[in-house]
Amino acid sequence: MTAANKNDLVPIQATVTSVFYRKPRPGEPPFVEEGDHIEEGTTVCLLEVMKCFNSVSAGVKGKVEQILVESGDLVEKGDTLMLIRPE
Amino acid sequence: MKKRKVLVANRGEIAVRIIKACQDLDIETVLVASEADTESMAAKLADEVVCIGPPHVTLSYLDLAKIIDAALQTGADAIHPGYGFLAENPELPAACEKNDIVFIGPRSETMQQLGDKISARSLAEKNDIPMTDGSKGLRSFKDVEAEVQKIGSLPVVFKAAAGGGGRGMRIVTEQGNLKDAFDIASNEALQVFGDATLFVERYVQNARHVEVQVIGDNFGNLIHLGQRDCSAQRRYQKIIEEAPPPNLPDDLRNKMLDAAVELTSSVGYNNAGTVEFLVDKDRNEFYFMEVNSRIQVEHPVTEEITGVDLVKEQIQVAFGAPLSLNQEDIDFQGHAIECRITAEDARDSFMPSPGDITYFALPGGKNVRIDTHCHQGCTISPYYDPLLAKLITTGNTRADALANMETALAEFKIEGIETNISFLQFLVKQLEFAAGDIQVNWIEHTILPNFVELLK
Repeated sequence: MTAANKNDLVPIQATVTSVFYRKPRPGEPPFVEEGDHIEEGTTVCLLEVMKCFNSVSAGVKGKVEQILVESGDLVEKGDTLMLIRPE
Repeated sequence: MKKRKVLVANRGEIAVRIIKACQDLDIETVLVASEADTESMAAKLADEVVCIGPPHVTLSYLDLAKIIDAALQTGADAIHPGYGFLAENPELPAACEKNDIVFIGPRSETMQQLGDKISARSLAEKNDIPMTDGSKGLRSFKDVEAEVQKIGSLPVVFKAAAGGGGRGMRIVTEQGNLKDAFDIASNEALQVFGDATLFVERYVQNARHVEVQVIGDNFGNLIHLGQRDCSAQRRYQKIIEEAPPPNLPDDLRNKMLDAAVELTSSVGYNNAGTVEFLVDKDRNEFYFMEVNSRIQVEHPVTEEITGVDLVKEQIQVAFGAPLSLNQEDIDFQGHAIECRITAEDARDSFMPSPGDITYFALPGGKNVRIDTHCHQGCTISPYYDPLLAKLITTGNTRADALANMETALAEFKIEGIETNISFLQFLVKQLEFAAGDIQVNWIEHTILPNFVELLK
């Protein structure tokens, strides 16, 4: 259970400076779209750093409110990638 | 006379290494750099820099057309590919041949022949070079059962015919798991390489990785420069390399050198290359694995014990000079060890750690060599591999070189990003390592669990 208020949006942040990918590989559908309802363990994106791919799980059950970065963008450690409305 | 000009199609420490070799030879340099690398150490050292596109490797360092264009635009006489990226893609030497550019490496045809697993194996077979008992390409489980019967005993290993880097590989120790392992491995091979064909081979449980450095010229001369031991690996990535290999019986050593020279001579190999072998410690035998047709990361340990500058030599032979040395001129002195210093957090499962280097203090002394592109204030990009520096120490004996390595690792200070230095320090202190008695699974099976335990 997160400490956040039900109405607060929970950010999913980059744990490392890396390249953000929304799809498991080119040509496949994205892991999640805005409006999707997701579980804590749902994989929401990949972060590629130095040829190493790390899958990121939501960490919170809720609805994907907003995806803030484009696939293929460089993200810095701590950047907010998505906002989740907890459910 | 107009100076010669070499285009360096790489980045990082090897780009710096090649540019310095060119400077020593009074050759001008052009560096191709991605947008992330225009301020790199190599870019500062090169005479000219051509930006070839965005940071992502497919849009820059792997874009063959852009590299050939850059060479033509700048009037470069030759291209040095370094290692990785396009270094073993036969299309690069082919494009050079077409555009009248010297390629600093073997001919495209040679590269193709050695790069393909099936043709490389058949070449080794023709030259009577030992290989692990194993099959040709397998498609059905019926074939597998027949082959495993022929091999005689478990464990066996499945490998993807089109594969590399451990993908599509499965080791089987129990008969009951054979079918599952075959299915999983062929499926993975199909997913990753688009070809489900597998090999099955006897799995060597107690194996060392020993390789032979060779170099040839355009006149059919070819020599070896001894061996390197690269058994200290994690996930098929070498971590520590050394020359000469410790405790390698003389008969085995000589047979491997002969095999490597025979194999590469048989195709008229005409630049620097490495023949990789597996040594079965239990049976005292060696088996051919593959040929790497490029300069390797670990080439400095060979340079340190032979006094030969391999990068200079490969540039000169590519420009048509005969080898500057005969086999009898190669003299092996002392011992050299190389540690790969990487931006991987030893305390957090080797998580890559890009960022800014805020403090960078190098070890020193007469027995220390460092090949690096890093300096205080430089940024380590998330787009490329985590190699920061190669730390090489030498000594009259292996024990001396190892003692020098312990001191040098303790002196090497990098701040701002996380590194693997603490793990390397732990590794070189191990008794088995000091005894020169390790095998390729040693780090993953023994050392990593102990290291993780120590961190708790």
